[in-house]
Amino acid sequence: MANIMIRRDNKGNYQFYLPKRDLEDTIVSMEFDTAEKWGGEIKLNNGGTYYIEPQVAPARLPYSVRARRLDAAE
Amino acid sequence: MTALTREETQALIQEVLEVYPEKAKKDREKHLAVNDQSIEQSKKCITSNRKSLPGVMTIRGCAYAGSKGVVWGPIKDMIHISHGPVGCGQYSRAGRRNYYVGTTGVNTFGTMNFTSDFQEKDIVFGGDKKLAKLIGEIETLFPLNKGISVQSECPIGLIGDDIEAVSKKAAKEINKPVVPVRCEGFRGVSQSLGHHIANDAIRDWVLSNRDGKEFPSTPYDVTIIGDYNIGGDAWATRTILEDMGLRVIAQWSGDGTIAEMENTPKAKLNLLHCYRSMNYISRHMEEKYGIPYMEYNFFGPTKIEASIREIAAFFDDTIKANAEKVIAKYKPIMQGIIDKYKPRLQGKRVMLYVGGLRPRHIIGAYEDLGMEVVGTGYEFGHGDDYDRTIKEMGNATLLYDDVTGFEFEEFVKKVKPDLVGSGIKEKFIFQKMGIPFRQMHSWDYSGPYHGYDGFAIFARDMDMTLNNPCWSKMTAPWLKKEEPVAEKAAA
Repeated sequence: MANIMIRRDNKGNYQFYLPKRDLEDTIVSMEFDTAEKWGGEIKLNNGGTYYIEPQVAPARLPYSVRARRLDAAE
Repeated sequence: MTALTREETQALIQEVLEVYPEKAKKDREKHLAVNDQSIEQSKKCITSNRKSLPGVMTIRGCAYAGSKGVVWGPIKDMIHISHGPVGCGQYSRAGRRNYYVGTTGVNTFGTMNFTSDFQEKDIVFGGDKKLAKLIGEIETLFPLNKGISVQSECPIGLIGDDIEAVSKKAAKEINKPVVPVRCEGFRGVSQSLGHHIANDAIRDWVLSNRDGKEFPSTPYDVTIIGDYNIGGDAWATRTILEDMGLRVIAQWSGDGTIAEMENTPKAKLNLLHCYRSMNYISRHMEEKYGIPYMEYNFFGPTKIEASIREIAAFFDDTIKANAEKVIAKYKPIMQGIIDKYKPRLQGKRVMLYVGGLRPRHIIGAYEDLGMEVVGTGYEFGHGDDYDRTIKEMGNATLLYDDVTGFEFEEFVKKVKPDLVGSGIKEKFIFQKMGIPFRQMHSWDYSGPYHGYDGFAIFARDMDMTLNNPCWSKMTAPWLKKEEPVAEKAAA
């Protein structure tokens, strides 16, 4: 489990940031992306996958959340 | 010498790697690359932010250098204690030329060195008592200080002193912020982690100090983040922003104060210059206070114009109109500078090797002068820095991460650039090789280089270095006469 931060970049894409490893990347897909259900499995541009417990979408981004690493790149 | 092709550059890297033992070669190979603009992600071509190889000559610093030297050091009205043995603070003292306004030793302390001067007994019995005593002494001798930071050196972490407890107690006693920073030099692979630790310390101990307190704000409040005022850089930046009608409420951390830092959460926009050292705190403020941050680049008129427009886009039409006015005002002045220096510098090739932002930011300024950057690299950049660099650099140019002394020398010998821009440790090697050199960390005791004012100085300095008559006098006259004779003998 690691703390991650999700923000929107200036193109409107979700950006993933893992402070512990200074890893910044674009999120290519998120399993659930609606107001009521948000999160699930997220895929990064670098090939890594993380899992966020599905939850109500945050009112405001950037948003810090606990995530589980399913498959990290490298 | 004409530009190298992709294959030639690749061959050059292989040739340089040849001298290493097998294991070292494998490791270093990952840090050297030929730029390919079509690559989206830098990690496909270059590895960065890894431990330097033992035995090679690296140019990196330590976490303490990143925290005390870069982030905390320039905050002028605080006293930064180098907690540990005397050397770390003394030998890095006032080396970075972070200019500031104030009376040193009275209300500002930027160039002074405060240390707890650890001795053997402090290592054996712990240095907490000494630190508490030291803070008391500082308060007596320099009552106008606005706060104290404790910058740990290696032994503090090794012997496990509790500087947090001492700081909390002392803060209550002197009623000023006392910030413990766990930036022991052995942490991390380079100064980069020191920046992160320092940012986290600001987040935990400083940033929220004035939350909920009243602040007379305007809709045009911005902050300059990650500008260390080297040779007056931040001032040149500030002039432009103020001309645009914005109000700069904080400078981080060149010529900055702790009050400015505490007021930063009241800003409308954080302007981030050095992404590598201050992105952490900008991200935090974006999340906690909803302040957007924007990376900008104030090197060279082309990039300045683009950045000014991008900054203005965050504000209303008056600022946008002002921005155009500022651009129009400086355009003829900049054109004059380019007209004067471009013919003298056109087509010259540059190799850079600097810290964490200049290897990519400064490319635009060289291009404005008609020069070409043929190789660049970071001491302590991360993947995201290289992501941003790939687009700035031409195809088939050299990229080198944490380059070793040997590699850099060999690259320069083969690529034969007209100018090398790096730090003091590289300066004399290349000058003795007969290659013009500029220090790009301290602006070679010149500056500022940021902003419109800075570009004028930048152009002059580059011309002064490149077209200096000394470069044609590299061989002593009596040796010059011998040359044809020696050739004849060889033939």
